[in-house]
Amino acid sequence: MDALVLARTQFAFTVSFHIFFPAFTIGLASYLAVLEGLWLATKRDVFLQLYKYWLIVFAVAFAMGVVSGIVMSYQFGTNWGPFSEKTGPVLGPLLAYEVLTAFFLEAGFLGVMLFGLDRVGPRLHFAATLLVAFGTLLSAFWILSANSWMQTPAAYHLEAGRYVPDSWIGVIFNPSFPYRFTHMVLAAYLTTALVVGASGAWHLLRDKTNPAARVMFVMAILMAAVVAPTQLIVGDLHGLNTKEYQPAKVAAMEGHFESRAGAPLILFGIPDVGEARTKYTLEIPKLASLILEHDLDAKVTGLDAFPRDHWPNVPIVFWAFRIMVGIGVLMILFGLVGAVQFFRKRLFDEAWFHRWGVAMGPLGFVAILAGWFVTEVGRQPFAVYGLLRTGDAVSPIGTPGVAGSLLGFIVVYTIIFGAGSFYLIRLMKRSPDIGLEKPTEKGPLRTTGVMPGPALEKGPH
Amino acid sequence: MFDLPTIWFVLIGVALLAYAILDGFDLGVGILFPLGRDEEERDRMMNSVAPVWDGNETWLILGGGGLFAAFPLAYSLVLTALYAPVIAMLLALILRGVAFEFRFRTVRAKKYWDWAFIGGSTAAAFFQGVMVGALVQGIRIEDRIYAGGWFDWLSPFSVFCGVALVTGYALLGASWLVIKLDGDLQERMRQLQEPLGLATILAIVLISFGTMFVNEAIRDRWFGPGALLFLWIIPIATTLLAVAFYRAVRAKRAVTPFLLALGLFAAAFLGLAGSLFPYLVPPSITYREAANPDNSLAFMLVGAAILLPVILGYTAYAYWIFRGKVHAGEGYH
Ligand code: HDD
Ligand code: HEM
Ligand code: HEM
Repeated sequence: MDALVLARTQFAFTVSFHIFFPAFTIGLASYLAVLEGLWLATKRDVFLQLYKYWLIVFAVAFAMGVVSGIVMSYQFGTNWGPFSEKTGPVLGPLLAYEVLTAFFLEAGFLGVMLFGLDRVGPRLHFAATLLVAFGTLLSAFWILSANSWMQTPAAYHLEAGRYVPDSWIGVIFNPSFPYRFTHMVLAAYLTTALVVGASGAWHLLRDKTNPAARVMFVMAILMAAVVAPTQLIVGDLHGLNTKEYQPAKVAAMEGHFESRAGAPLILFGIPDVGEARTKYTLEIPKLASLILEHDLDAKVTGLDAFPRDHWPNVPIVFWAFRIMVGIGVLMILFGLVGAVQFFRKRLFDEAWFHRWGVAMGPLGFVAILAGWFVTEVGRQPFAVYGLLRTGDAVSPIGTPGVAGSLLGFIVVYTIIFGAGSFYLIRLMKRSPDIGLEKPTEKGPLRTTGVMPGPALEKGPH
Repeated sequence: MFDLPTIWFVLIGVALLAYAILDGFDLGVGILFPLGRDEEERDRMMNSVAPVWDGNETWLILGGGGLFAAFPLAYSLVLTALYAPVIAMLLALILRGVAFEFRFRTVRAKKYWDWAFIGGSTAAAFFQGVMVGALVQGIRIEDRIYAGGWFDWLSPFSVFCGVALVTGYALLGASWLVIKLDGDLQERMRQLQEPLGLATILAIVLISFGTMFVNEAIRDRWFGPGALLFLWIIPIATTLLAVAFYRAVRAKRAVTPFLLALGLFAAAFLGLAGSLFPYLVPPSITYREAANPDNSLAFMLVGAAILLPVILGYTAYAYWIFRGKVHAGEGYH
């Protein structure tokens, strides 16, 4: 194992750990804003109850996001020194803007959001929740702009070995950024909806009259039913854009080694890089040409159009892509069935559907990791696509140094992740309905009173 | 004179100083945590910083991120040279950061997260001090690449700086807790202020002299033929601050000692900056050599000029909301 492989492993490990929490906190922050808004508008206790319930989950996930994020922002310097020096003029300001616009905003109002309801009153508190939610989206905006520039560099020129920006609009809104940003934010929303839904389903399995669990479940199912199909469309557009700028990545995703007309869509198969072909394929004739070129007989570029040392790791890209899309299709199905159940008014009654809902809980995270693996591994062997090879981007740190720090991260992250997931799951196992009146068996959702009085006096505890 | 690199040099200095004094006091609370006698006392100590620690730590990201953004060469050289202490500091910050939440999520394991909080805070402070010491000693660079060895950062001087920073943060923490707490616990923290203050001042003096030995350029700047005499304002100010601090502690003032302790930190930081200027990576790389092109610096300056006042505004507002003493059983937990 050389230092480069270790440094890449370390980056992949720490960023994969990190992305779990942003994915969840981006979604939860918006969900909390919706809940608090609904509470202010309707004054129904159930929304405040749910707000407090998810607030604690949010706090735990957020803390883990913060500490793992700080590691990321230092890692460019520790492990990727030459990369930082060369890309600093472009990427540095983007990250600085993330700190200035997003991180301070989140951190400043998080305290108010967690501790402040009884100190500032409901309206200012709602403003704090909105600002935190907005902050998470801003943070995604800047970091994804930086990442997208590494995928599809634009609006720069080379000066003394460094990439110097020509136009900041051109840098920020580089060609893949709009697609990546939309796709990632939708992914975060979907992932969160599925976690909320799974928690609701779990409580419905124990008591299908649980009013708060019902509200959670309905909100999650409707979200999935709308967002999952949208994600398919956005993902498709994202792929078409990638085909234009990173054709080798798309060839690896599709498992196409040879360029040909009327190319089939390979559903499954085993890519064999040595023989440069995908074996044992299950394929649909001509479909790839149709999807990628909108013409059954059009020519589709394969990996043979690129020198071998510009190929990414084909099997990882190929399989990760299938995992992501497979989960995406499963989510669409789940949303559809949920919508049907909703209109049949059977949403709270059928245990098999609730079990399915519980099982969907973790899948969003899997899809997000798989998606990032497609994107990042597909960019190899470049750190900045087409410009800077990963091998030239790494710091001159010896193997023992990188190995030691990697070990440190693995040990600490395992403890944190183990304890953190344990606490998070335990939090979600608490019943969310404390103090709420149950609806009659088939009746509509109804909760006690209209006055949120007592809750306001004491604040969230 | 005030061209873009200079402005950014000053801004990043300000961010790092803001980090040191703000996270300084909440790390200090962690260092003093074992002195909370029971769970209720420790809860109060932690809750005195819980709503603000995240914002305090964001200054560290601005310091690091700003270095990347304005002086990428320095960012990459310093972090590569100080690899081990940086990673150790990050791991320590992780453990103490999650302790804020995890501690309240468990009964059985609470004591372990107490120790994660204590150990993490102390280790983070220690390694930050080590990093400052190592930077003052100088970093070996050839051809804009780090040319030193694995353990160059480790020396009696840098270890002493580490211990000194732990002491200094503990002083800030104790002074903060005097403001935020009441009763017996407050009294105990008050009694710590004198010895910790003395130790911190002693450490500042020793480190100042130590610097003269480990770094000749610094010695010449203060004592050599072309010495910069106006720099001597800083030790004089430090002395005055130290005296004022003692009088305020003796008079049992609540807020003044904290502010004066922050002043001591600021003076020490200025002394350091004055010693190193214009080098960002002593002894060879100046901030100008390490700077990004003006185009990038100007783009960021627009944002910083607009956003920093706003940030300072809402940060002050958040502190204002949580003013007053921390009482038992407060918090959302
Ligand atoms: C799509 C979103 C996204 C992505 C791809 C990343 N992050 Fe992130 N990051 C966030 C979205 C986010 C967030 C939602 O804004 C977090 C999560 C919890 C939080 O505090 O903010 C965050 C936290 C966070 C923090 C702590 C902020 C604080 O104290 O409030 C830092 C320093 C970073 N991130 C840095 C990075 C770096 C260097 C990344 C690239 C490898 C990265 N993040 C990927
Ligand atoms: C349903 C069909 C889907 C399609 C066709 C699709 C398509 C794509 C493509 C082509 C990429 C790579 C883009 C590139 O590297 O340039 C990608 C990346 C990604 N996908 Fe998907 N995707 C789908 C579903 C999902 C789902 C359900 C999730 C998560 C809940 C998800 C999360 C991600 C993430 C996080 C990335 C990496 C970031 C990015 O490049 O946007 N995707 N997707
Ligand atoms: C957050 C979700 C992300 C995940 C899960 C992820 C995953 C990965 C993986 C698996 C690698 C290793 C690729 C390989 O070596 O084959 C990698 C490398 C890298 N990624 Fe990401 N990535 C993410 C986001 C980002 C973002 C947002 C940035 C930039 C701002 C980024 C910058 C890099 C860099 C600099 C490397 C190391 C150099 C390289 O191997 O190209 N990544 N990432």
